[in-house]
Amino acid sequence: MRTLVTLAIGLVLLTAMALVPVLGPRILVQDLFKVLCLLVLALNWNLLAGFAGLVSVGQQAFVGVGAYVMFATTILWGMDPLAGVLIGGVVAMALSVPVAFFAFRLNGAYFAIGTWAVADIARLSFGQWRALGGGTGTALPRDATREMLGVGAVRDLLGVSPAAAIDAVTYWLALALAAVMLLACWLFLRSRMGLGLQAVRDNPVAAQSVGVDPTRLKALVFLLTAFATGLCGALLFIQTGRITPDAAFSVIDWTAFVIFIVVIGGIGTLPGPIVGVLVFYALQQLLADYGTVYLIALGLIGIAIMLFARRGLWGGLIHRIGYDPLPLGHAAPRPPHPTQEERP
Amino acid sequence: MIWLDTLVQGVMLGGLYALFAAGLSLVFGIMRLVNLAHGDLIVLGAYLILGIGTATGLNPFLAAALALPVMFAFGWLLQTALLNRVLGDDILPPLLVTFGLSVVIQNVLLQSMTADSRKLPVGPVESASLPLGPVTVGVMPLLTFGSAIVVILALNWLFYHTALGRAFRATSDDPVTAQLMGIRPRRIFAIATGIALVVATIAALYLGARANFDPSIGPARLLYAFEAVIIGGLGSLWGTLAGGMVIGVAQAFGAALNPEWQILAGHIAFVAVLLVRPRGLFPRAND
Repeated sequence: MRTLVTLAIGLVLLTAMALVPVLGPRILVQDLFKVLCLLVLALNWNLLAGFAGLVSVGQQAFVGVGAYVMFATTILWGMDPLAGVLIGGVVAMALSVPVAFFAFRLNGAYFAIGTWAVADIARLSFGQWRALGGGTGTALPRDATREMLGVGAVRDLLGVSPAAAIDAVTYWLALALAAVMLLACWLFLRSRMGLGLQAVRDNPVAAQSVGVDPTRLKALVFLLTAFATGLCGALLFIQTGRITPDAAFSVIDWTAFVIFIVVIGGIGTLPGPIVGVLVFYALQQLLADYGTVYLIALGLIGIAIMLFARRGLWGGLIHRIGYDPLPLGHAAPRPPHPTQEERP
Repeated sequence: MIWLDTLVQGVMLGGLYALFAAGLSLVFGIMRLVNLAHGDLIVLGAYLILGIGTATGLNPFLAAALALPVMFAFGWLLQTALLNRVLGDDILPPLLVTFGLSVVIQNVLLQSMTADSRKLPVGPVESASLPLGPVTVGVMPLLTFGSAIVVILALNWLFYHTALGRAFRATSDDPVTAQLMGIRPRRIFAIATGIALVVATIAALYLGARANFDPSIGPARLLYAFEAVIIGGLGSLWGTLAGGMVIGVAQAFGAALNPEWQILAGHIAFVAVLLVRPRGLFPRAND
């Protein structure tokens, strides 16, 4: 019942968000695009750190690889950038296999530093790719994005400039990616594998004793999040139109922000990243005129959350009111009482 | 002969990385705390030395001596007020708190000191060099390397020949039993972080004297330092020195082949060592 209510509210919100490029100003579309991309990254990191116990500081590796592969397919092989996004995601996932073989040998803090070092190796290596501008980077050709799938149709439909149409298309894709990601997370976490994952997180020994294989599950999550992170990275850099190794593999932009978003919203909860990304956006808007002050605020809030409310804003709220609109567990099986309403 | 020269430069650079890493290794070994703000704390130390030097007109070496007690107090306070509260079985809270601290320190420095790069003016010793057999070595790199050896000797002496060191080792091995013997782990941790920041300040002196620094360079130094700690093996200070030298030599040879490969070569050496020995070269503790 409450899943249906949540689903209905979600659909209304999704429709409202989808109408933004039609009704809203372009600057809002661009802002919300960034917010949606950060949300996708946050959902992925939450899955990794909050559910699989893999505290990675190297997710920027997959953002950068997705983006660079998209640029390569577009510039060097003349493909549609949207096809490049898909290939970018696939290559990021393929690359996550050797990374996993290396990083999974390391525990806890070692894992965090290991993934970070790998991401730095990726940044420096892609900086050697002369065809894509080496260390100084390169830009997408104008025509490539203008002739991108769907841009012409949106232009005719909304009667806007090509640049605005590109913004609209990338925005809708980011919205779709965020919605699919959210739904996929929910379905995955309630599935047999997702429950196994949460069991491992809560008590690894007990979980193994009932036949859960932690390494296999964690590797699966690592691969899937690399794919989604790669997709998101490629999409981000279609909209930006320019790439440099430092921007594509930025630990601050694609991992630090994301970590704070998840922690502030509530790590290990599904809606936590949504709350966190809203707080992040609000801070960025409020403190836009004061340089990097919003980063200081973000860091201090993150520290305060870890000290005083470890569940984060959403997790704390759920804990206090005792009602979870998006439960990840299943109701315990009960003896059949056909007239009784199902209650958790 | 150029290769011998590169090797020597690499070893000297390794001394600097060992200095970055020694404080980290100490804290990590005693309380399993991963301090992701360590690199930024080193940069903070460099700005403090610069500030004291500018205010008093003292040579950076003397200014650093004045900065040592300040940084010790800061470390003690940091551990008492903040880090002790998040230590526990879960590694996530300390990781995230120190990550937050890293971002805060970086941006506070950026706001107050601007992004301009600075350097510590150490005077004529900066360009002095000594002929050592077939190679010529700069006095500053030699001083850096010598300081790294002295710091590690001093830390080892502290660890194995003093009551405080005994308390460090006891708390590291079994905090509950240590408490039964009248040791307060939180106090021990506060002293350890204070000492770690003293070492960080010494590292800051050589960092600032060797090359330009600005508020954003902390995380990269942290990465080199951590690689050195992990290569060396948890809890072994001499291992940390060896780890620093592995990174330093790899970077020197990488740079000799192509200046763009310097950092890359260091990272690849790190990955290669870990692929062969996942627990580092000289692991002491079993975790």
